[in-house]
Amino acid sequence: MREVNVEQITRTVADLCMEANYYLGDDMLAILEKAVLVEESPTGRTILEQLQENATIAADDQVPICQDTGLAVVFLELGQDLHVIGGDLEAAINEGVRRGYEEGYLRKSSCHPFTRKNIGDNTPAIVHCRVVPGEQLKITIAPKGGGSENMSKVVMLKPADGIAGIKKQMVEWVEQAGGNPCPPTIVGVGIGGTFERAALLAKESLLREVGSSNPDPELNQLEKELLEEINNLGVGPQGLGGRVTSFAVHVKMLPCHIASLPLAINIQCHAARHKEAVL
Amino acid sequence: MEKVIRLQPPLDDEQVKSLKAGDRVLISGTIYTGRDAAHKRLVDLLDKGEKLPIPIAGQVIYFVGPAPAKPGHAIGSAGPTTSYRMDPYSPRLLAEGLKGMIGKGGRSSEVKAAIKKYHGIYFAAVGGAGALLAQRIKKAEIVAYEDLGPEAIRRLEVEDFPVVVVNDIDGNDLYEQGVAAYRRD
Repeated sequence: MREVNVEQITRTVADLCMEANYYLGDDMLAILEKAVLVEESPTGRTILEQLQENATIAADDQVPICQDTGLAVVFLELGQDLHVIGGDLEAAINEGVRRGYEEGYLRKSSCHPFTRKNIGDNTPAIVHCRVVPGEQLKITIAPKGGGSENMSKVVMLKPADGIAGIKKQMVEWVEQAGGNPCPPTIVGVGIGGTFERAALLAKESLLREVGSSNPDPELNQLEKELLEEINNLGVGPQGLGGRVTSFAVHVKMLPCHIASLPLAINIQCHAARHKEAVL
Repeated sequence: MEKVIRLQPPLDDEQVKSLKAGDRVLISGTIYTGRDAAHKRLVDLLDKGEKLPIPIAGQVIYFVGPAPAKPGHAIGSAGPTTSYRMDPYSPRLLAEGLKGMIGKGGRSSEVKAAIKKYHGIYFAAVGGAGALLAQRIKKAEIVAYEDLGPEAIRRLEVEDFPVVVVNDIDGNDLYEQGVAAYRRD
């Protein structure tokens, strides 16, 4: 059995917090370039160009792409033959978040829900852990800002609502969200599972490479149709009107209860940040 | 989005009156920051009849909670936060003489009505362009509510800070008009 010390986990998490906030992925940079070419609105094009410039400044100066450096959402794939030594896994992750947000000059945004008093170190991280075969630990950090997260929801549809009901909900919701989630967005969709699993599916779907095809042909078709309908809304960059409301729609699906049809929508702003490391 | 207007707060009624939805504006000079928690405190003070910690007449408030400044930088990344969370407080501040607000996203009908009534103006800055916008902020100092951390009220000195007019005193709304222009049914 392989051993990994928690100190290594802490250091990795700290570095990933900083890297995720400073560097936009190549997939996002590529899709921004494409979007500038198809955007018809002059205002929209100006905004997209500013976003490209912003990404360059952030990377060059190693400053956050967005001041909202998010809550630290951490996905773990923990190999069942890996032994974590030297301390508590979740505590090590929180310590990594604490260090990363402090060392990286990242904004600490976690607060008490009632008093709104800032916790001061951006903890606790939101940790999702899956045990997988093998002896490695994959850590993915996906900081998520409040603006787009606030435009997310779970709805429990009736089975009779079907695909048409899912599409209607999705398109209406993106339209209602308007400029609030900082479009162009990536629309994460979770279908099936249970109430809480659907939400997690929607969030997990955002980790997929933007612009890549869904390996499931049925879902791939659904993604294309949804993207077209969403982009016909005219919401555009920042909600000020235009062709590019969303860069992509990502759907994940699981079987659900015979009585249920859970649907979750997790909207991701254009600052789609995630970085991973394997220990 | 053709003409570019330069503004330097404090703003008066005449300046505000001349601004129309869709105008591109570059702001230079002093503006103040404030988010939900700071807005709540300001309105609580007004309710108690007490004096505000910042001047408000003619001023511009930028809805932002900046990232911490790296050494050698005036401020960390500083893009706008979503404005609807300030909707419960903005009409009260506009009644007190606040002129401009900078944020992102649509405003409530109450805020739009208050903009018309009190001659205010609502600008949008590009959400998520925090690194770029921070370069236009030359100086930043906390002037109230330091305990709120990123949500403290700061006085900023800005140079050519780029915004676009969304809601003007004639009741125009760039979000509604812009979307209608590009919608395909």
